[in-house]
Amino acid sequence: MATTTPEDRHGLRSYLTGFALALILTLIPFGLVATGVLSKTPILVVIAIAAIVQFLVHLRYFLHLDLTTTPRERVFAIAFTIILIFIMVGGSLWIMLDLYNRMMV
Amino acid sequence: MLGKLTVDALPLYSWVAMGGAVVTVVGALAVMALITWFKWWRILWSEWLTSLDHKRIGIMYLVLALVMLVRGFIDALMMRAQQAVALNSEGYLPPDHFDQIFSSHGTIMIFFMAMPFMSGLFNIVVPQQIGTRDVAFPFMNSVSFWLTTAGAGLVMVSLVIGKFSTAGWTGYPPYSGIEYSPGVGVDYWIWSILISGVGSTLTGINFIATIVMRRAPGMTLMRMPLFTWTTLTSSVIIIFTFPALTVACALLGLDRTLGMHFFTNDAGGNMMNFINLIWIWGHPEVYILVLPAFGIYSEVVATFSGKRLFGYTSLVVATAAIGILSMTVWLHHFFTMGSSASVNTFFGIATTIIAVPTGVKVFDWLFTLYRGRIRFTPPIMWTLGFIVTFVIGGMTGVMLALPPADYLMHNSAFLVAHFHNMIIPGVLFGYVAGFMYWFPKATGIILDEKWGIRSFWCWLIGFYLAFMPLYALGFMGMPRRMEHYNVAEWQPYLIVAALGAVVILLGVACLVIQLIVSVVEWQKRRDHTGDPWDGRTLEWLTSSPPAVYNFAVLPEVGDRDAFLDMKQRGIAYRKPDRYQDIHLPKNSGVGVVLGGFAFVLGFAMVWHIWWLVAVCALAMWVAIIVRSSNDDDEYCLPAAEVEKIENARYEELAHASPPGGEDAPGVSTTPLQENPT
Repeated sequence: MATTTPEDRHGLRSYLTGFALALILTLIPFGLVATGVLSKTPILVVIAIAAIVQFLVHLRYFLHLDLTTTPRERVFAIAFTIILIFIMVGGSLWIMLDLYNRMMV
Repeated sequence: MLGKLTVDALPLYSWVAMGGAVVTVVGALAVMALITWFKWWRILWSEWLTSLDHKRIGIMYLVLALVMLVRGFIDALMMRAQQAVALNSEGYLPPDHFDQIFSSHGTIMIFFMAMPFMSGLFNIVVPQQIGTRDVAFPFMNSVSFWLTTAGAGLVMVSLVIGKFSTAGWTGYPPYSGIEYSPGVGVDYWIWSILISGVGSTLTGINFIATIVMRRAPGMTLMRMPLFTWTTLTSSVIIIFTFPALTVACALLGLDRTLGMHFFTNDAGGNMMNFINLIWIWGHPEVYILVLPAFGIYSEVVATFSGKRLFGYTSLVVATAAIGILSMTVWLHHFFTMGSSASVNTFFGIATTIIAVPTGVKVFDWLFTLYRGRIRFTPPIMWTLGFIVTFVIGGMTGVMLALPPADYLMHNSAFLVAHFHNMIIPGVLFGYVAGFMYWFPKATGIILDEKWGIRSFWCWLIGFYLAFMPLYALGFMGMPRRMEHYNVAEWQPYLIVAALGAVVILLGVACLVIQLIVSVVEWQKRRDHTGDPWDGRTLEWLTSSPPAVYNFAVLPEVGDRDAFLDMKQRGIAYRKPDRYQDIHLPKNSGVGVVLGGFAFVLGFAMVWHIWWLVAVCALAMWVAIIVRSSNDDDEYCLPAAEVEKIENARYEELAHASPPGGEDAPGVSTTPLQENPT
């Protein structure tokens, strides 16, 4: 068995912080939907924000990325990821909202 | 106790279905009996099934792909036979059974033939091509393979226990929902895809990490061989799009199993979102498959023309451009959904634009061939057949990219002809070319050329006979997936198409004969040099089959055609002064265990055997924890052992005859074998 070093403990704390934040950001949308304290549109907005923040939490605490120490090619990879997610999510929203406007409105 | 599983699940509803079940069971039993007879179980387990050696995993992928190719092809023959006779009659297949066959044909050919074939070639070639000893995550590689196999196993089991989906290979709701498909078929489809999809995603991650992190010193990005480039691009598309497939299938599974309403007609569901999600994966999937084939063609064209690849940079740029554009065209699969003109226009234009980089590639290959000293071996024959045939498919694709034209041809036989015209030459020909090109590298045996060429001609002629009539039938108004019909003018075309399928059957038979002939005559066909084709890239530097560590000393790359450059400078086979200890991953049975439990978990989900689901999930969790806690996962191959293997290799090289020639006398024909302990 390997012994634990201060780096390990720091890593563990970072993972646990990330886990706790991710848990909270998951519970908020479920809680809002279950209790129904907000109306539909604000709930959707909150869910979307919680999802995006959760994505950032994963990057920060699980993948250990930040803007100062991360090498440039990795930042490039993240930028590429964001573009692709924009294409897929944005494209889906465009397609489905367009369909909604043609059929339901 | 057994959920929905009762004796009624046996395929007693038709003789044909029962025949299929009997063949599957007897085939599996016969294989097991043979293994027992030859006492191969122990060696199979310790040398192959538990192996983390990327070359062996690659070969196992190829075995899986070829078995599933035969299964998927039998489905195709049955469909062609049915449509050839089913004018004003029921034919020999009941509708429910016919629907299962077209669904399983598509599912198998994409997920369990093409994907494993591709992963197999990645595994065999890429680490050697970039001059490294293994993939970045050898254990994860084994898990990928076993998850893929588990998915394939589920499809095969559906032949014997229960039925497969009748909803087509894309499983559109609401028909695939619980209301219209109450049986287990769609669940088989969902779980086979979910499980193998995880495997594919892991493969994508593995090869990105391998290519980015493990290239030999001197191999800059712009010195990577084209196959490595296309593998990288294809892997990037895999990791971005397979999650969309997983999500779509998982949500459909929730609808079916837990009564949710993501894609139902009522209660706020929207079935079109399933179609949107599955094609976000589905269209890029075409390029996931076709880009590696483009890579293979690039390697084959350069090697057998004896010329440097024309327009390397433009090929790389075109690959990357296709990779990104492939994510911007998915709506063309459902133009007829009825989007507004602006949406249809955007996706129509994007679809026509993607033909441009593909066209660039075709010209690059043509210019590489131009004035080359072409050696007409089987791999280049498949490549030439591809170039001619693929261009026809590309042009019909541009026709379909125009929304108004698509409204006419949507879901017609024209569409069926078009995508087979892309996938058979674009993917299958490429993988078979790669199979014949790299077979000597993987096994040390040079495949028989005669049967390879015969197979090629049967496939090519069979392809034109089988699919050109379908273009015409599309214009004559024939929809796809017809179990029977009453238009007499269609029948002659369908008979020709069925004949084409028979010619392709001959092509498949030639492939099998080629394999048998070559293995039986293996002593005569041994590749002693490791470089049977006068190759240009690093994989030809290793012995055939390669030592477990591939390279005793990691090569220094000084040029794009790294190995050719080394040969020209006379340093390719220079003996190093001394060798070093090499650390390699130990074999592990955990991959098999995970795959096995995933298979049972999928089966239990299909039949609602909840206790078994819980047991399997727990077992997989325990297996992962056990594996993660094991720090002793490598062994050391001592330098002395490496030296012994390498000396045997140099001995063999010294006696080797020129590529393809007869054996020099006195050469040992025993393949290099290592026993990791």
